[in-house]
Amino acid sequence: MFNEVLHTIPQVLIDGLTLGAVYAVIAIGYTMVYGILELINFAHGEIFMSGAFIGTAILLVLTGIGWVSSLPAIVMLIAVLLITAVLTGFLGMGIERVAYRPLRNAPRLIPLITAIGISFLLQDIVRFIAELKKGNYIVTGPSLFTHQLSIKASSVSSIFNDATIKTSFVIVLVTAVIMMIGLDLFVNRTKWGMAMRAVAQDRETASLMTINVNKVISITFFIGSALGGATGVLFAVQYGTIDPYIGFILGLKAFTAAVLGGIGNIRGAMFGGLLLGLLEMFASANLTLLSHGIFGAEYKDVFAFIILILVLLFKPEGLFGKPVTEKV
Amino acid sequence: MRLKKSLALLLTGGLAASIFLAGCGSKSGDDGKSSAKVIKIATQTPLSGGSATIGEAIKLGAQMKLDEEKKKFKELGFDLRLVPYDDQGDPKKGVANAQIIGADKSILAVVGHFNSGVAIPSSEVYEKYAIPMVSPANSAVEVTSRGLKTVNRIVARDDFQGPAGAEFAVNTLKAKKIFIIQDKTAYGTGLAEAFKKSAEEKGAEILGFEGITVGEKDFNGVLNQVVSKKPDLVYFGGIYAEGGLIIKQAREKGIKVPFLGGDGLDASTLVEIAGDAIKDTYITSLAGDSTKSEEGKKFKESYKAKFNKDTESYSVYGYDTMGVVLKGIEDAIKANDNKMPARAQVRDAVRGVKDYQGVLTKVSFDDIGDNNFAKVFIYSFKEAKYPAELVGEVSK
Amino acid sequence: MKALWKKYKQNKLAQGIFLLIYIGVTSLSLFLAQKSVTAFLLLLASLLLLYFTSFKNLTKWLIAGVVLVFLLPFTASNGDGYQSYMEVATLVGIYISMALGLNIVVGMAGLLDLGFIAFFAVGAYTYGIFATAQANNFMPFGHFPLSGESFWIFILLGCFVAALFGVLLGIPVLRVKGDYLAIVTLGFGEIIRIIFNNLDRPLNITNGAMGLSSVTPPRLFGMDFIYPSQFYYVVLVILIFTIFTVLRFEHSKIGRSWKAVRENEIAAQAMGVPLVKTKLMAFAIGASFSGMMGVVFAAKQAFVDPTSFTLLESITILVMVILGGMGSVPGVILGAAVMTILNLQVLTEVTNWLNQLSTSGAISIPDALSPSKMQRMIFGLLLILFALYRPQGLLPARNRKYNEKALQKGSKGAAGETIPEQSPIEKAQEV
Repeated sequence: MFNEVLHTIPQVLIDGLTLGAVYAVIAIGYTMVYGILELINFAHGEIFMSGAFIGTAILLVLTGIGWVSSLPAIVMLIAVLLITAVLTGFLGMGIERVAYRPLRNAPRLIPLITAIGISFLLQDIVRFIAELKKGNYIVTGPSLFTHQLSIKASSVSSIFNDATIKTSFVIVLVTAVIMMIGLDLFVNRTKWGMAMRAVAQDRETASLMTINVNKVISITFFIGSALGGATGVLFAVQYGTIDPYIGFILGLKAFTAAVLGGIGNIRGAMFGGLLLGLLEMFASANLTLLSHGIFGAEYKDVFAFIILILVLLFKPEGLFGKPVTEKV
Repeated sequence: MRLKKSLALLLTGGLAASIFLAGCGSKSGDDGKSSAKVIKIATQTPLSGGSATIGEAIKLGAQMKLDEEKKKFKELGFDLRLVPYDDQGDPKKGVANAQIIGADKSILAVVGHFNSGVAIPSSEVYEKYAIPMVSPANSAVEVTSRGLKTVNRIVARDDFQGPAGAEFAVNTLKAKKIFIIQDKTAYGTGLAEAFKKSAEEKGAEILGFEGITVGEKDFNGVLNQVVSKKPDLVYFGGIYAEGGLIIKQAREKGIKVPFLGGDGLDASTLVEIAGDAIKDTYITSLAGDSTKSEEGKKFKESYKAKFNKDTESYSVYGYDTMGVVLKGIEDAIKANDNKMPARAQVRDAVRGVKDYQGVLTKVSFDDIGDNNFAKVFIYSFKEAKYPAELVGEVSK
Repeated sequence: MKALWKKYKQNKLAQGIFLLIYIGVTSLSLFLAQKSVTAFLLLLASLLLLYFTSFKNLTKWLIAGVVLVFLLPFTASNGDGYQSYMEVATLVGIYISMALGLNIVVGMAGLLDLGFIAFFAVGAYTYGIFATAQANNFMPFGHFPLSGESFWIFILLGCFVAALFGVLLGIPVLRVKGDYLAIVTLGFGEIIRIIFNNLDRPLNITNGAMGLSSVTPPRLFGMDFIYPSQFYYVVLVILIFTIFTVLRFEHSKIGRSWKAVRENEIAAQAMGVPLVKTKLMAFAIGASFSGMMGVVFAAKQAFVDPTSFTLLESITILVMVILGGMGSVPGVILGAAVMTILNLQVLTEVTNWLNQLSTSGAISIPDALSPSKMQRMIFGLLLILFALYRPQGLLPARNRKYNEKALQKGSKGAAGETIPEQSPIEKAQEV
């Protein structure tokens, strides 16, 4: 039995990392906003979705003009990523300005309502635009990077089966890692990053230290949303097909990942995302085998949630969170 | 304090409005008698949410037929009207809408639903009001097997479509080892179970029976199982949105075996999603090849002209369903000396429809409302083109 | 204007007359009109008006009872829309009950629960499994489906089973706090739903995604309950029970313990509030209301399947609580009523009306923007507007004020119990 599990391990790792990378970058968006405002930005999944649509729209337009064939695909992807990131970044800032800032002193759960409202609104607006332009809201973008690579895992050890990789997987993973490292550097090494950490620690004291709190919060939203939007593009490139309702499930999973890693902790979110992706992929590939057919692949989410609950029970602040001593 | 004041003002305003409304209400009651000749037909399909494409297609198809027949009913002295409801794919919403439909006496029939999970509880309500419902899409066995007088459908049941698929898989495609994936919805599970049962009887070995989650986009986990099990055929019970992605991701993983699926895959979007990966995919569908027949072509053209959209497979179901409903109502009117028929009369007339020739299928209902002429057609995708090529036909 | 208003505020007679006229006019219009949603809603709104009068509580309850038990069903029964109104009223009742349950957990005890619908599902499946032939699959003894009379026992059973699940969820949850708690409960809700969706293998207990159909209708004195107008009374009885229980709890020792835990866990613990017991009680009591209503829901729909218990439902109930005003019983009732009516009746009617306009050609709307698809959008907009302009909820919670001196003089014996509430913590609610 374990041999069979081992056979598929290389492929499961690759697929799990792809999914995990997507979760990780979205989870960063949740965790950043949470760290600074203690607010679960439930609309973040929809920002991701908008990013996927904006990216696909740009790609479709460019294909229409014929630039796709003339430019190297990678250059174009970077351009699309940047444009989308900026656009969704501004979208995130706008949402913060309209829906969260007026509520900063309201009871803590109230912004949750506006977040849900914004989610519905974005879903419907995107659906409306997509349907108006394409007649159908399930949109399939042009396929890029479809070249297949084969990893001869069997040459390492005969236990493993060979695995196949889409070129887009490499691109998704590399871009995601670059984004994460970039963010990490930004938060830990720059002045604005320091300001962000200061605001996260104590908003009022930070403002006394001449930090413009509103601006810092805006920037946090900009960065988190830009990353989310860019991930949307990566997602669209990797999976090809998107619809206005993808944000909900993915957002939920990413939020779970953020909590798993310790919410408010950026590195924790990255790790949590990757871990969740791997766990999920492992579960859906092997649960039937391991449980002799009693639990099928459909239990993968149960599996993921149970792991999450177990982690939280034994380490209530998440894997990377610091335990907070409560002051009386 | 200020709130209370404004609230009180609001309510006072409301009071005034309600007095006004009461006046209107009684007036409209009088109107009701003079213009009692309005016949409304409701559609209940998901117009928002994940399966809105199909819900919309059913609604538009129904609307087209209704518009075509308007003139005829005008001559009989009735004014036809369509009232679309959105059931959101949610049983609660469906039942609540059904109550609203039941309350509107001028609604004589319902075209709907898409989800069997919504159709079953909603039809319990229709039964109480004796409103006939004709379903364009529900294939779950339980929709009609409860023996309600009001429930009819023009499509084949899962326990007919599943075995037809199994027959094709085992005898034509010579599949010995089959892997089944289903989407854990009432539709997908029902169809996959029926397929599984029949395929096992026919001697095929079932290597796996796995579920996926609707709305997700990454199915690599389940596909890894397929890779390691090495089946001759993969069966998918579910809808095109997931089906297209599964086929695409399977081909990327190097799974070269044929795919077989049910009528839920029968949509142009499937081809759009899967692209070239669609090759070597077969579907069992309830819709005949409407591009071949004259009416089919005409339907396609006029649909495009009217709504500026290409037809989906379900548009024609909607169209034919409405046709059956209108035929039933017409019969009821005639039986009732050209007077407004009661709901129970329409119900019985709809059940009594015999040999109605639609664009897609011929319709005669049996005593529990299943269509005697429901056929299963088998299509093969040889290239990335929709609709696919018709390769077989199974009748009851 | 202001003076007039003040006078009106103080004059009970004027209030009474106004209320009477209001109820009279709305019920008359509901009675006369064949189908007037407005009249129906305005009649319901009379209860809100009643809430703002300065009558004694008993009087308010009596008037509300008369309106709900006799006036509303009677006046509505004349029109075609009768069952449709009753359906909406029944669902409103169900949601109010659930929202009140969640209000105990979130509003009073301050434990954010995102998987609350799970308890509703547990209740619904408890009845659904035994009131269909489904139970034959795994119960070797007994004969199923059970008869409709058993429904009344199942209401209690659903209550207990849900409470049990509440405690089961509560035990692991005690260790986690705040948003971690939210995600754990969310996970719990999803786990329950997925398990119900998959429990057709290896042993068929819930019939999986196919759901349980033809659930036996409740039966009392030989009468089958199949119409919403009948369920209306069942729901009403449970609802009144729920409201009374919640109100009693709110000002009891356990209620004050909940609030203490919400405001500051450590301080509460230091004051001798048993944390574990208090939190578990909150979960169990909150869940039990949902369980009861779950049983009713299963019987009313005659069909149970997992699609009715998604995360979105949990969120909807949470929104009801927050919209109404966390911790405030009248607020939550209003919030639940507003949300349910909005979703089921108002939006549907508005869409129909817009649709009629567009089909008759008065206005033309592109197909993608067809109003019937816009319910989500309208809903979203309303949520945002409500939250922005009334963040503390429609009827914010108020703590009861005690007159310290009178209390000390009046009841020496009970003084021990009321001391925590004497402290002048009348601060704005901060969760």
